[in-house]
Amino acid sequence: MTQVFEWERPLVELEQRIADLHRFVADHGIDCEKELAELEHRAERLRKDIYENLTPFQRVMMARHPKRPTALDYISMLLDEFDEFHGDRTYRDDGAIVGGVGTFEGTPVTVIGPQKGRDTKENLARNFGLPHPEGYRKALRLMKQAEKFGRPIITFIDVVGAYPGIQAEERGQGLVIAQCIEEMSFIRTPILCIITGEGGSGGALAIGVGDRILMLEHAWYSVISPEMCATILWRDSARAPQAAELLRLTPADLLKFGIIDDVITEPIGGAHRDHAIMGQQMRAFIRRYLAEICKVPVDRLVEERLARFRAIGKFTTERMPIDA
Amino acid sequence: MLNVFRSKPKYVTVKRSEVEQRKELPDNLWTRCDHCSQMLYNKELEKEMFVCRCGHHFRLSASQRLNMIADEGSFAPFAPLYAADPLNFPGYPEKIQAAQQLTGLDDAVLIGEAKVFDTPVILGVIDFAFIGGSMGSVVGEQLTRGFETAVDKKLPVVIFSGGGGGARMHEGIFSLMQMAKTAQAVGRHSRAGLLFISVLTHPTMGGIYASFASLGDIILAEPGALIGFAGPRIVEETTRQKLPPGFQTAEFALEHGMIDMLVKRPQMRAAIGRLLRYHQRGGRK
Repeated sequence: MTQVFEWERPLVELEQRIADLHRFVADHGIDCEKELAELEHRAERLRKDIYENLTPFQRVMMARHPKRPTALDYISMLLDEFDEFHGDRTYRDDGAIVGGVGTFEGTPVTVIGPQKGRDTKENLARNFGLPHPEGYRKALRLMKQAEKFGRPIITFIDVVGAYPGIQAEERGQGLVIAQCIEEMSFIRTPILCIITGEGGSGGALAIGVGDRILMLEHAWYSVISPEMCATILWRDSARAPQAAELLRLTPADLLKFGIIDDVITEPIGGAHRDHAIMGQQMRAFIRRYLAEICKVPVDRLVEERLARFRAIGKFTTERMPIDA
Repeated sequence: MLNVFRSKPKYVTVKRSEVEQRKELPDNLWTRCDHCSQMLYNKELEKEMFVCRCGHHFRLSASQRLNMIADEGSFAPFAPLYAADPLNFPGYPEKIQAAQQLTGLDDAVLIGEAKVFDTPVILGVIDFAFIGGSMGSVVGEQLTRGFETAVDKKLPVVIFSGGGGGARMHEGIFSLMQMAKTAQAVGRHSRAGLLFISVLTHPTMGGIYASFASLGDIILAEPGALIGFAGPRIVEETTRQKLPPGFQTAEFALEHGMIDMLVKRPQMRAAIGRLLRYHQRGGRK
């Protein structure tokens, strides 16, 4: 059974009743069309009411849903064929980031993305989708490879952060993130970044410098997770919902700030409810934006990529007034 | 069991006058070393460039640092910029104002053109006392302008990073994007064939370490400086492992191949002078 959020419970119960009624109708041949239509109508209203009014933190929870499509799910749904490439050629293969080459509607592409596990065993193998430096080194290696062969790059971003571990620090977590950000900025091939779930700080930005940056409807992107922000502000991670409001981490906010280019709508109730529809939706956006950036001459593409980030920042030449 | 080796009582007698005397010490005359707890006479400490006899490097303000590195009277700061409050983050304007009053700075970086042993450079210093030396839009913009000016004038860049705060939380995504902006500014400067010396001082963490500060052609660090991506407490809580001794110190970074050299503060100016000299052009006829 899929994890159900507290705020969805009335809807899920109603959907259950509708399903039961359908079964009853089928089993007994009794006509309940009017009742069914009435229930469907109520469910529809409830759906709209719930999913159009999600709080920022409810969105964060949606982004973390265990059944949410992962990078490998998108790869298998969207690419005609794909070969996963392993290893950073220095230390080991990090299962928390996957990558490789395949074709998207006939065009060869390099695809990279952090990968969360579906169950405990897979999560242990993938370190809960928290990459080590070698994961980022693999990503960088594959990006350089794509550049050499003139392949566009697609990154599917869903990572709460780079792994804060002893060995990760020993092997230069901060350094490798900096290298990824810098090198990606100058890579001479089109880059499409899609934040599919969690966009957690430097660990997300390390594979998030692109020519177009898209975001799913129930994804978040921020300098810090709501939990950590709440811990810093109030020494209480339970106040994460409040922190999520302050951080302005939703796609709507980020679109307004000019950080992202577009928002990919999800099937009602979230991507986890219907992978196939999510895949179709994703395909349409990738097709459109990939075509857009592949048309631009690569010199201009890189210049525009740099100009985009160069322009980000809010400051003044006057001291900030304090409201009395 | 009777401890035959302990013949003396564990406590020591403190003369009453000593206690009273200690109390009367004015705060601005003496400083206790965080590391060895020794009391240090401030005038003496200043003469030693705020390094304790035990080797502990005290944190410096941006202007103290500048005075130790730049040729006297050579520093010309960039035009000031001030933080906006793009997220309307509660308490942020007050925090900025308090930090400005505390440090006398506009924001967490002091940057401009300077000379070091007569060599013109862009010199920047991040001041920890300003909201943990964190990078928001102003720090990102000023550093970026620094590298851009350096490209225009073909100058080397020297940045002292002491930003324990990393990317500044109060500006949310705008702070995160300064990591990209500054990394790209370093990239352009680097691709113009120019020298960037990054000096990591206590503490250089998070979004500062994971952007421009890691991208120096040469990376120096002061002994004992905390250097890393994730804070030690986060690492300990996440991994539930005991941190190895010296974890995330400059010495640890050196051992693991992340920095070029450890340089003690009294030798820092000379070291930077040397490195600048190695990179002066026209040596080859």
